[in-house]
Amino acid sequence: MGLGNFDFTMSIGGAAGQGIATPGNILARILTRRGLNLYAYNAYQSIVRGGHIFLTIRINDTEIGCHGDNLDLLVCLNQDTMDRHLGLMGAGGAVIFNSDTITPGAAADGVQLCPMPVGELSGGSRNKVIQNTIALGVTVYLMGLEFALLEAALTEQLGRKGDDVVAENVGAAKAGFDHAQANFKAFGAPVPNGGKPLALWSGNEALAMGGAAAGVKFYCAYPMSPSTGVLHWMAKNARDLDIMVRQAEDEIAVANMVIGAAHTGARAMCATSGGGFALMTEAIGAASMMEIPCVFINVQRAGPSTGVPTKTEQGDLWQALGASQGDFERIIAAPTSALDAYNTIPEVFNLCDKYQCPAIVITDLLISEGTFSVPPDALNMTPDIQRGEMLTEPADSDDYLRYEITDTGVSPRAVPGLKGHAHVVATDEHDQDGVLISDEYTNPLKRRAMVEKRARKFQDLRAQVPAPQLQGDAEAAVTLIGWGSTEGVIAEAIQQLAADGIVANQLSIKWMVPFHGDVIAAIVGDAKKTIIVENNYSGQFYRYMRSETGLSVDGHIRKYDGEPFMPHHIADGVKEQMSGATDLTVPTQEIMV
Amino acid sequence: MDGIATQDLVIEPQTVSDFKGRVDPDWCPGCGDFGVLNSLRRACLDLQLQPHEILTVSGIGCSSNFPGYFNSYGMHTLHGRSLAVATGAKMANHELTVLVTGGDGDGFGIGGNHFTHTARRNIDLTYIVMDNQIYGLTTGQISPTSSKDMKTKSTPFGSIEAPYNPITAAIMNGASFVARGFAGDVKHLTMLMSQAIQHKGFALVSVYSPCITFNLDNDFAFFKPRVKKLEDESHDTGDWKAACERALEWGDTIYTGLFYRNDEAQELGEQEPILDEGGPLSSRSLGLSPEQSEAIIARMM
Repeated sequence: MGLGNFDFTMSIGGAAGQGIATPGNILARILTRRGLNLYAYNAYQSIVRGGHIFLTIRINDTEIGCHGDNLDLLVCLNQDTMDRHLGLMGAGGAVIFNSDTITPGAAADGVQLCPMPVGELSGGSRNKVIQNTIALGVTVYLMGLEFALLEAALTEQLGRKGDDVVAENVGAAKAGFDHAQANFKAFGAPVPNGGKPLALWSGNEALAMGGAAAGVKFYCAYPMSPSTGVLHWMAKNARDLDIMVRQAEDEIAVANMVIGAAHTGARAMCATSGGGFALMTEAIGAASMMEIPCVFINVQRAGPSTGVPTKTEQGDLWQALGASQGDFERIIAAPTSALDAYNTIPEVFNLCDKYQCPAIVITDLLISEGTFSVPPDALNMTPDIQRGEMLTEPADSDDYLRYEITDTGVSPRAVPGLKGHAHVVATDEHDQDGVLISDEYTNPLKRRAMVEKRARKFQDLRAQVPAPQLQGDAEAAVTLIGWGSTEGVIAEAIQQLAADGIVANQLSIKWMVPFHGDVIAAIVGDAKKTIIVENNYSGQFYRYMRSETGLSVDGHIRKYDGEPFMPHHIADGVKEQMSGATDLTVPTQEIMV
Repeated sequence: MDGIATQDLVIEPQTVSDFKGRVDPDWCPGCGDFGVLNSLRRACLDLQLQPHEILTVSGIGCSSNFPGYFNSYGMHTLHGRSLAVATGAKMANHELTVLVTGGDGDGFGIGGNHFTHTARRNIDLTYIVMDNQIYGLTTGQISPTSSKDMKTKSTPFGSIEAPYNPITAAIMNGASFVARGFAGDVKHLTMLMSQAIQHKGFALVSVYSPCITFNLDNDFAFFKPRVKKLEDESHDTGDWKAACERALEWGDTIYTGLFYRNDEAQELGEQEPILDEGGPLSSRSLGLSPEQSEAIIARMM
């Protein structure tokens, strides 16, 4: 199957330390420069050496939002990969492996086995990753690409390591290419030329770039998978972009440093995963109480607790909704793709500056660590920047009221350094002038007035973000509802269902707070049948939607094994539920990674 | 502002009262923290600092109410987090004079991890700890600096834990200015604070500031005959071993004064090239230039 005319998926499997990333990157560059769309998902474990890594790269001549269902090519760097995944390969597929070290099992009819005598092809090289380069040569031949493309890519990728390294690798790749030409049959459909060259990024890079474009001047983090890519991008670019990047002692420090930086007027941001986010939560309430705008990103991984650090899940929605003690509003967005993540960061900064409050952005391992193509023209590098009500004129008297009670609830903000506006912001409840009312002079009327002032800020929040819209045929037999990262895979499942004569549409929801409950209720109310798709056990979004709309749905498709949905998981679930067999489908993960 | 003492504030500091905050302290009469507050006001006046160029950051506890009583920009943050907040603020606006105030529980207990790492970073902050060796706001439990055998509500049979020594900890962790004061000697304390604020790097002034309500073991009468100024001894402030030895003395003699300073150690901000020019990050223009954007996209192709 495929969305466009050309759809091709390959996986490279091996152990951590076998150098899977490099051939993956080289192929990705070759293909996206050719203008092909790419979606890559890397299944891995929390181990530096060993374990099983399985990198899946899918390319297509139209936009794709998931890694698909089928494998055309399997590259085995070790016996384990062969043993685990040969069974996935069907007629027309090919399997590349080092025949010196790997014994193929019984392949299905029509699967082309492509043994590489690595010792012979490499002239007895002792270089342990030379098999990867030879496999690249074989792959490029099978895909119908010219060898010159690979030679150029290897030269670029390895140039820093010197001419000898380049020569060795180009030679090995050519040996692989020639061996394949002499012994194997290339795929029937060679890789076409797409349109303009596409750029490559991960979701974490998109989040970091979104911060840079939004004017972030302070970024802080404690390393935590799968969020660390944001830190890496920020650290690498810090000096070119005038961004202060700090690695702190823990996530508590991270969140509080962000608040300190934000209080001076700098845009400040941090990213972590659920465990680190748990440590940050007290500070999120502090940002709300002190009315300091800042952005906290939670890249979800499978929990609870340390959980499965390298696996994906949508299990932290309620953690975000309930982050920190007390009764207060926070903005929460769940971007639906890497590009959406990029665009979301400037949007939430504008909102939290306007409302002087914290914002939470929830992504997950799938979006954040996946690698995707993006058309460079689609990147708005100069998004709108709105700082909200800021005072900049010095004054002669110090009667400034930081928390002045206003009709909108928003109090014009002065930052340290501005003459005549010295004041204290406090995590204790305080009066308009910042003076505490929590200790000596607790006053119920003032307390009520301040609670209402802060709450009043958000009266018009919902109008600031677009309501979700149905994607697809309004008269569909079934409406699939998802949030965050499932948008792409649901879209493809809908195409599969259409091929089977089932008309489905999608309601994809990004904004958790503000939540367009009325619009969603109307759509759900009009739908013929509704199924919620989410990457968790308990139906976190379902329960949230129900609490906000009072409406239930007809069925659920849930996955909580650590691996993301593949489109057929959803399509099969919908078919099962359309037949009335069940109202809860939990797809079984076929690829054991 | 019913019932709350307020006063008109002027901008140019001419007297100590120009550094008075919007309210008067709600500390118990006779609390050591009054001496610390007076000392800091005097030090800031002596240094002719402008209130709007100072940011005073605290955590939670009796002494963490400090920013409310001091005329400057202030942040009364979460329990234990003052150093982290102050670090973020100083990095984002390195032109501010950032003072951090708090107690022993806030700084060495719940905030101990930040104390360690803030000292290690040698960031240009002045950290004034009012050490009363007790949790006062929660009505009397042991703190990290409480003496062994001390009886409190949480240790009715006497504490069996050894106390934490902030001076040796700060020196070992990399602080470049480490001093101890006594709230009963405002003149000496003012001098230490003044030096600490002028020092480029992380400066600790740990002050014995007696709690006259919940720690009757270590009150003014306990300290007065014991405190001896290092300035009156032949103490080499460049000798960290001698500094630690003197800091550990706890008996008939308890030293105050400057234990250790290292003017060679580079403070954090001056090692960050992005702070070399362009002013505070907090007031620089936002967003990416066309050149920056092009470079980013080029690397993605």
